[in-house]
Amino acid sequence: MSFNANKFTRMFFVAVLVTGTAMSVARVSDARAEGQKSAVSDPKWKSECGACHFAYPPRFLPAESWRAIMTGLDKHFGSNAGLDAESANEITAFLEKNASTKKHDTTMKPLLRITETSWFKSEHREVAASTWKLPKVKSPANCVACHTKAESGDFDEDNVRIPK
Amino acid sequence: MLRVFFAFAFMLITIAGLALQPAFAETPIEVLAALKAEASGMPGFQEFSAERGEKFFKTKHNHNLSCSTCHTDNPAAQGKHSETDKIIKPLAPAANEERFTDMKKVAKWFKRNCNDVLDRECTAQEKGDVLAYLLTVKK
Repeated sequence: MSFNANKFTRMFFVAVLVTGTAMSVARVSDARAEGQKSAVSDPKWKSECGACHFAYPPRFLPAESWRAIMTGLDKHFGSNAGLDAESANEITAFLEKNASTKKHDTTMKPLLRITETSWFKSEHREVAASTWKLPKVKSPANCVACHTKAESGDFDEDNVRIPK
Repeated sequence: MLRVFFAFAFMLITIAGLALQPAFAETPIEVLAALKAEASGMPGFQEFSAERGEKFFKTKHNHNLSCSTCHTDNPAAQGKHSETDKIIKPLAPAANEERFTDMKKVAKWFKRNCNDVLDRECTAQEKGDVLAYLLTVKK
């Protein structure tokens, strides 16, 4: 009996330890999720837009640009990227809600390319033409080539590394 | 008492194991069967062939593009989008258990990618051949 009780006590401690470890692992992943909260996200946007290219943050374009992009997905920069209506509606709503509210020229047709916006050109004015053509960069549309933390919505200059 | 404890622990482990198991709608074999059901109704249907699928996969069709342009000649390896450089996870089910486990997703991507590579949708015969090939690819 005393042997059994002893074994039971030991098992009990093991169980408590295992539970404790599981709980702290859960806490760490919660904290990690919290750290990324600053960047808006939507699972459909991430999976659909992010399937073929970096999922560009909604704040990079005004709402009318996103609307124009989302209604023209059948001719999306040379590819038919048409979506089912449900996904398209969800993504459009997410993009509109988080779109740029910066002042921009509304007399012109909405811009479809982030790289043509004045803020983009101004932010990248120091980037040499040769840098854009580096094999690991290829194009100004490839944010993640230099913005090492772009996936988490962080475009801070401190985290820019131009590849060799 | 001890037995009860063990039974309880075993149950917990089982539940945890089940929770970690990703839930897939279909298996690649079921997807293949669905493609076969579709293809066998078409005139000129031939049993799916991995060999024909591999040839189709690696042949350049329109715009100098093939499936392997992005998925590489080794579908068990990681691929890269030819325009955007976005990383594409391995396509062969042996290397990526998520592949061909959702009929809707399979239909969507065949449609989109065939339009890019062949300027038309692929036939059920072509899709079945390709999947038959991908199922022969080892990790």
